[in-house]
Amino acid sequence: MSHRPHIPPSEITPEAVYRSRRSFLAGLAGAGAAATMPVSFAQEVLSVNLVERPLQFKRNVRYSTTEKANALADITGYNNFYEFGTGKEDPAENAHRLRPKPWSVVVDGECERPGRLALEDLLRPHPLEERIYRLRCVEAWSMVIPWVGFPLGDLVKRFQPTSRAKYIEFTTLHDPKQMPGQRYAVLDWPYVEGLRIDEAMNPLAILGVGLYGKLLPNQNGAPLRLVVPWKYGFKSIKSIVRIHFTERMPRTSWALSAPNEYGFYANVNPEVDHPRWSQKSERRIGSSNFLARQPTLKFNGYADEVAGLYRGMDLGRYF
Amino acid sequence: MSPDYLARRYVKPIVFLLCLLPAIWLALGILALQSGNMNSSAALALGANPVEKVQDTLGIWGLRLLLVTLAVTPLRVLGGWPKLQLFRRMLGLFAFFYIALHFLWYLFVDQAFNWGQLFGDVVKRPYITAGFSAFLLLVPLAVTSTQRAMRRLGRRWQKLHRLVYAAAILGCVHYWWQVKADIREPLIYAAIAALLLGWRGLRSLQRRAGAQQAQSGARTRGPGGERDAGKDQESARSRAPVQRLADQPPA
Repeated sequence: MSHRPHIPPSEITPEAVYRSRRSFLAGLAGAGAAATMPVSFAQEVLSVNLVERPLQFKRNVRYSTTEKANALADITGYNNFYEFGTGKEDPAENAHRLRPKPWSVVVDGECERPGRLALEDLLRPHPLEERIYRLRCVEAWSMVIPWVGFPLGDLVKRFQPTSRAKYIEFTTLHDPKQMPGQRYAVLDWPYVEGLRIDEAMNPLAILGVGLYGKLLPNQNGAPLRLVVPWKYGFKSIKSIVRIHFTERMPRTSWALSAPNEYGFYANVNPEVDHPRWSQKSERRIGSSNFLARQPTLKFNGYADEVAGLYRGMDLGRYF
Repeated sequence: MSPDYLARRYVKPIVFLLCLLPAIWLALGILALQSGNMNSSAALALGANPVEKVQDTLGIWGLRLLLVTLAVTPLRVLGGWPKLQLFRRMLGLFAFFYIALHFLWYLFVDQAFNWGQLFGDVVKRPYITAGFSAFLLLVPLAVTSTQRAMRRLGRRWQKLHRLVYAAAILGCVHYWWQVKADIREPLIYAAIAALLLGWRGLRSLQRRAGAQQAQSGARTRGPGGERDAGKDQESARSRAPVQRLADQPPA
């Protein structure tokens, strides 16, 4: 008897699908990368991604925009991830130091089933889906990104938060060896973000594990990140190692660093300017007219889904 | 061939071209993007957000050249390189060139003629107020940079051109207030500016002390007051050739 590993049929992608997906992704990555990146880098991105097995997922059409997604090269080459440096190109350059495998996540605080879980165990019960979301950075630029992930709400329910759990606090890995940007106290490391529990339960909030059908590149927050598309990008915390249920509003990194500029809520809102620039419009990265600006939409265009969360709140005060 | 001739004839055009390089690099990138030639290295160099890249590059070269201009006098005096004086006007005008383009890019491209928002930005946002003030201060200096204006203004030319100190401080403040959290680079620029201006402050204090000791006598200020009022030996040594260079019309 041979000892072949047992692979359930559900895990096997028909070869034709697999191949077409591969060539589709190669095409996307190639076109995108060739458009904006030096060839050597494009090849690197391509080869790294093609080694990985494509993720299994369904596209969630309901929550996906039909806008044109950004090229992979833009999504992976223009990042704010200060753990790898404060320049936009620093993360692509330095993120290779991160080891996203093995990875574990601590879930603790006000919940019935706390524990430290290997990433595989954390992900196992959750079917993945693709969501093509707009991402609006607080710096007034935006992208469209095809994430792969699962609803945060499903994970929250699994750990059974107690009645005292009003907020969820997320923490990024703190390891200056893997994250050289943490050698300088640009922010108070580790990076901390948070959501009110009802925000976390909103179906738009997902935990991301991939983009463009592949595992997340390190510079995009591998292996596990938050994606909350109605909030400014900095809320979508990357490389998460801790999910903490708490009664108190988390002291989030940017709000601590400059409380007059960044609030806890950080909802995309064209009516509330950043003290140093207007938030009324944004520049879409990779737009055919690179000079154009487009108007910024309240809640980044997701008002139908999330405006109810903030009914009666003064969004100018709770920015 | 005199060293003067060599500097004017050969070194100056080289410095001119070096100063122009960042602008050429940006112009090639913009032209490539505009003509849809996304794969050219010039276009790729502008990255995912070309508008921001151009804005930042123009600004940083403006500030760098402003500091280089301010370094001419200390290097000339301390380093004993009187010929540097030959390049000061050109360096200063290049600083103005980049800062003006930085401002125009913000106005016409980044804000795209959004005049209402622009006015709000200048008044409401301190970092823009600082940067815009620096630019305004430099306008009269650029206008009066000609030999004719120097002669006509006489002693007042020197006084007027001290505005460059304020512009440099405002430029550093503008940069400092503009960054989100990482102030390491703005700090370096501010430190260099502090050094260059601090040296001037010390020198003028020394001079004043020297002038008091001599009771009078030291009142020999000509059109280039700063150049010939030095009491210390070093500046006295470099005085004569510099005076000679500065009195010659530019090539």
